[in-house]
Amino acid sequence: MFKTLLARARQGYRTAGFPAEEPGLPALFRGRPELDPTKCTDGCRQCVDACPTGALRVAEAGVELDIGRCIFCEECVAACPEGAIAFTRDWRVAASRREDLIVTDDNRPRVDALGRELRRLLGRSLRLRQVSAGGCNGCEVEVNALGNVVFDGSRFGIEFVASPRHADGILVTGPVTANMKQALLITYEAVAEPKLVIAAGACAISGGLYRSHPEVSDGIEGLLPVDLYIPGCPPHPITMLDGLLRLLGRL
Amino acid sequence: MAFAITSNAIPLPIAAVPVVEVDAFRRDVLTAIVAGGRLLLLIGLPGDGRATRLLAAIADDARGAIAVCSTDVTDAYPALTPDCPSAHYFEREIAEQYGIEPEGHPWLKPVRFPLGGPTIGEADFYSVAGSEIHEVAVGPVHAGVIEPGHFRFNCHGERVIHLEISLGYQHRGVERALRGGPDRRSLYLAETVAGDTTAGHATAYCQLFEGLAERECSARANALRVIALELERIANHIGDLGALAGDVGFLPAASYCGRLRGDVLNLTAELNGSRLGRGWIRPGGIARDIGSDELRELKRRLSDAGRNMRNAVDLLWKSSSVRARFENTGVLRHEAAADLGIVGPAARASGIDRDTRRDLPAALYRARHPTITVGDNGDVFARALQRWREIEHSLGFLADVLDDPGSGTTASAIPSLAPDAVILSLVEGWRGEIVHLAVTDAAGHFAHYKILDPSFRNWFALAFAMRGQPIMDFPLCNKSFNLSYCGHDL
Ligand code: SF4
Repeated sequence: MFKTLLARARQGYRTAGFPAEEPGLPALFRGRPELDPTKCTDGCRQCVDACPTGALRVAEAGVELDIGRCIFCEECVAACPEGAIAFTRDWRVAASRREDLIVTDDNRPRVDALGRELRRLLGRSLRLRQVSAGGCNGCEVEVNALGNVVFDGSRFGIEFVASPRHADGILVTGPVTANMKQALLITYEAVAEPKLVIAAGACAISGGLYRSHPEVSDGIEGLLPVDLYIPGCPPHPITMLDGLLRLLGRL
Repeated sequence: MAFAITSNAIPLPIAAVPVVEVDAFRRDVLTAIVAGGRLLLLIGLPGDGRATRLLAAIADDARGAIAVCSTDVTDAYPALTPDCPSAHYFEREIAEQYGIEPEGHPWLKPVRFPLGGPTIGEADFYSVAGSEIHEVAVGPVHAGVIEPGHFRFNCHGERVIHLEISLGYQHRGVERALRGGPDRRSLYLAETVAGDTTAGHATAYCQLFEGLAERECSARANALRVIALELERIANHIGDLGALAGDVGFLPAASYCGRLRGDVLNLTAELNGSRLGRGWIRPGGIARDIGSDELRELKRRLSDAGRNMRNAVDLLWKSSSVRARFENTGVLRHEAAADLGIVGPAARASGIDRDTRRDLPAALYRARHPTITVGDNGDVFARALQRWREIEHSLGFLADVLDDPGSGTTASAIPSLAPDAVILSLVEGWRGEIVHLAVTDAAGHFAHYKILDPSFRNWFALAFAMRGQPIMDFPLCNKSFNLSYCGHDL
């Protein structure tokens, strides 16, 4: 007992200051991309050809980057001869609408808070059932980190529960494999109305790296109505926390 | 005996691999195993015409050699499993992928339920009959934030008589997608075989790639990869020790270890931008060199983290309530571990003295490796203690590597890959031995790509460890192995 108390003193207080303070992300953190289509030269497709997920497109108005597909690998940055693409350290990449994940020179992701009535119903808590539907467990690693003493989602009432019956919604990761589709839909059914759906990670949003594999459904688009998209491969816990807090109107 | 001999990440011309009659193949493989060899893998490849080519690789851990041989089969062949239990899961996979029947296989069930086969969940589960026998079915959606899998317990009261593990829910077509490469997706597909083992699988892929091009990375690039691999090992082991503490309700160690895991992930992110090391290890080297100030700072912070880990983990060993729950729970005996061919810390905790970093090393591990120790009892306590020892050995080893990280370029261009070759690339990931195998075609593209996550071999060991246990010990046993669903399902 005495040793346990001593250890408690030694290990100290470790909860992050976010959102009151800056999140202290590493210098090399790859967050929201910024594009400068004016730098693109005619007919250049080098970024498009380098991208492993088909996240880039050269449209009429210049290059567009779909962060719903992006795995933030920076192959495009290396491939671009003009420096038209850069990844900033901005962690705020979650969005309420799928269209808002298409980053251009003037479109950036944003989250609309839930309606007043829904927020009143939720009160000070948001209980989610996580469903892992394919993928690589990377997103689960970061969702789990949301529960540790550093990110500590429970400060804001954000917790992951065992039963969909106890949940206000589901947070889905993975590209939705054929083998998990039914279990995902049953879990969604089991959550009482009104319910939220959060798509976390490139796989759940668009199929990510596994897009157009016959074994997967290209994410939950078209399967379930999505309230919040959290891009990343995997998303940083701060990105998730930021998105969730904005959804709840707390930021 | 007809074998072609190679080693970790050394390619062989595919024509050098003997193709023998199935009887000779069985005899040679079994003889090699009786003589102390270890079945590294047994897989199917598309053969000539209607045939499926079976390829076996036998590791000679004492000599650091790998012996390869093959045979062509159609429809059916006499299974190896009755004489060599560690072949059991490989033969199930061959049956599922190629429709070949290993005759006499005692447990021929689906592995991943790929498209076109039986529907997942509709399996012929083993069932125990008798009064007071009941079944508990869990999953695919579990209670926590974990990947999906299905577990069937046949119990007598609280006691588990038999556990059947049925997986495949994460099957997303990784191996198929790697065929035809290398291309712009290949590295990223390899990294995401198991997200918590990004460095392990990325290294296996890159070693394979470089081996096929007959290039070696500089000492510096190899040292930086080792930093990535050992940080990954430490992060996962300390995280799991915390989770084990959580599973027995000992919250102080659970929260300290959870936080310390995060500290190691944050260190990783400072070195490359991603907490899981995504995009860090690349064919030809590593994405970014680390300056000498940074290396010194890393050493200081690791030694700090090490002290805090020791302090947190000591609470586990000194708390009698924790020990009472860990000791003699989920025992995996040495013989069972050896028969099943399991790998990694779980095998070492059952007294199997085997570690790829020492026995079949590639790159930097050829010159030096951490201290390797083994446990004996094979229970949850032994597996937990093994994890802790491996953290300590990795910390000590990293301190040496950081003092002398070698020199050379960290990124070199890789020319085209050898055509018509076969290569095996092995890495000791934190869960154990990772194997990637590729066969190239005449143009030097991947005609076939096979991935063996350590979980593939170890899941069955969990079922074994649960025999006779109270069912309430399942989460604890499960966490002590902490196997990968996605690495298994691919
Ligand atoms: S960073 Fe995103 S857009 Fe750029 S190449 Fe990688 S996946 Fe494609």
